[in-house]
Amino acid sequence: MTVLLDVRDLSISFPNARPVQELSFTIEEGETLAIVGESGSGKSLTALALLRLLPRTAQMSAGRVRFAGRDLLALSEREFRKLRGRDLAMIFQEPMTALNPVLPIGAQVAEVLRLHLGLSRKAAARRAVEVLDLVRIPDPARRATAYPHQLSGGQRQRVMIAIAVAAHPSLLVADEPTTALDVTIQAQILDLLAQLRRDLSMALLLITHDLGVVAEWADRVIALYAGRKVEEARPEQLLGTPRHPYTQGLMAASPRQRVGYHYTDGPLIEIPGHIGSAAGEAGCPFAPRCGFTEPSCRTSMPPLLAREEGRLVACPVTAAREISHGHAVGL
Amino acid sequence: MSRSASGAPAPADTVRIRFQAAASRKVAPAHDPVDQARARPAWPIPRGGRARRTLTRNPAALTGLAFLCAILATACLAPVLYPDDPLGMVGRPLIWPGQDAEFPLGTDSLGRDVAAGLVHGARVSLLVGIAATVVGLALGLAVGAPAGYFGGWIDRVLVRLIEIFQAVPAFILLVVVVAIAQPSVTTITIAIGLVTWPTIARLVRAEFRAIREKEFVMAARSVGYGHLRIILREILPNALPPIIVTASVMVASAILMESALAFMGLGDPNVVSWGSMIGAGREHLRTAWYLTALPGVVIVFTVLALNLLGDGLNDALNPRIAAERRI
Repeated sequence: MTVLLDVRDLSISFPNARPVQELSFTIEEGETLAIVGESGSGKSLTALALLRLLPRTAQMSAGRVRFAGRDLLALSEREFRKLRGRDLAMIFQEPMTALNPVLPIGAQVAEVLRLHLGLSRKAAARRAVEVLDLVRIPDPARRATAYPHQLSGGQRQRVMIAIAVAAHPSLLVADEPTTALDVTIQAQILDLLAQLRRDLSMALLLITHDLGVVAEWADRVIALYAGRKVEEARPEQLLGTPRHPYTQGLMAASPRQRVGYHYTDGPLIEIPGHIGSAAGEAGCPFAPRCGFTEPSCRTSMPPLLAREEGRLVACPVTAAREISHGHAVGL
Repeated sequence: MSRSASGAPAPADTVRIRFQAAASRKVAPAHDPVDQARARPAWPIPRGGRARRTLTRNPAALTGLAFLCAILATACLAPVLYPDDPLGMVGRPLIWPGQDAEFPLGTDSLGRDVAAGLVHGARVSLLVGIAATVVGLALGLAVGAPAGYFGGWIDRVLVRLIEIFQAVPAFILLVVVVAIAQPSVTTITIAIGLVTWPTIARLVRAEFRAIREKEFVMAARSVGYGHLRIILREILPNALPPIIVTASVMVASAILMESALAFMGLGDPNVVSWGSMIGAGREHLRTAWYLTALPGVVIVFTVLALNLLGDGLNDALNPRIAAERRI
């Protein structure tokens, strides 16, 4: 496996906030990397930054962003535009508003094909029907003439995916692709993404707050907290034996973790405080909500420590306890 | 997490969902030959097809369209219907309509045929109305679209430009421009376009500002579309309904402006227009009121027809409204 995307020390700042700080990650070819985090953890901004679509007020800095052997930071706006949609595509959270309401869906797919593959109008229209078939829009030849408001939410998200994968990008960024959909559709859409990933040998950056999605569809997962990577692991590691106090808290808070437990059986466990508690302060952003703080946690961000194969945790405290007790500490 | 899966092998509790997805895929009649045959073969179906259907089901818009077509046909046929100069004196002055079969709409104080004036006046009025609107639309789009789309300093500069034109009362500016540039059909057209474009520019800017924040514009950027493509293909079609409605009203107001200019004696002296006919007839308002009433009625109906058509177009060009109407 070769590294497709290599991001080092990505930071995003607004005039009065720094929502993403020194985030580093890599994606290998054909891999699904999930970024999980709660609202405000900076995961969507990370996705937008990768495509250079951040709002104008945002400042982005990074030590390195290499994609398929190219330095993305060195590209001009014009060069970057050619990359978008062709090599690097994105799907959005809200399929209701992410399609142009006045163009038939087939025309919207065809437009991408004409731009990136240089197809003629007719060839693009034919190919668009094939792409709609690929994302399993029923009766694509007829559906191609439908307008977005005539489709269901799931079908619209399929069209969004069709537009994104039409030019066979090598990396697809999916920003909460199923949040606006109901659960059965959610499984279908994620299955579709998994299949397209295999068929088109495309890597997937899946941004989500749903741990169930991570468990089933990701190869590797990064947990973000307040714009910092707190843990990186394989999904079964993160969900089975979380190492960082934040991910431990998350797992403990999920009622699904206890077999046969219903939320009416007793109080739900929650992590005290909220994500904004440590805004602008030095040290670990989770420190105000953490049960294991040491004095050093308040002064500097703990470094990411490699605990096991392919696993990084940004907490010296639980890592040390881990060694002495040989057992994860629950909350 | 009780379900320990690394992604590739499906955990037991999702197998059912996967199976359903596979089943529904099979059911989908993607390649059913009967369906394919029934499906319209040509794709894409031109968007005008649906819009036209909606428009033709709107009686008000059809009435407006029919009246405009009639006026347009009359204007085109003017040289055939009345080959002589409509400014020529052809009969006794002040013949009332219906008095003389040769002059069904009578003659004015100089003995000019009113019917010939109306027919030839339609040419000038429509030409000025439409051409001035095209000028105004072109200027308004060229200024409003970049201002709304790019924002920032481009927006500030262009808005100042709009405000300079808006600070001067439109009609005064029009009179001044025409007075300086010698009244002719061309200068009047350009002058009307010059005083009306700020309306379009402000409208276009507001629409673009609202629409550029929509997620589909972000989605369009995410697939690599350039600014021009996003402006013309993503945002403009969504901004069109109010622009078209305003444009149809602008044709009407341009006709009124030309009439007002001609009424004040600032029209092109070499051609007859509805406004100049009203201007010429005002001295005889009490004795021969038909001289002002007839061109006035024609103006009123033309303006009304344009407004009806504009409303109809608004409904027809917006697929969402069109779909609601069909239900």
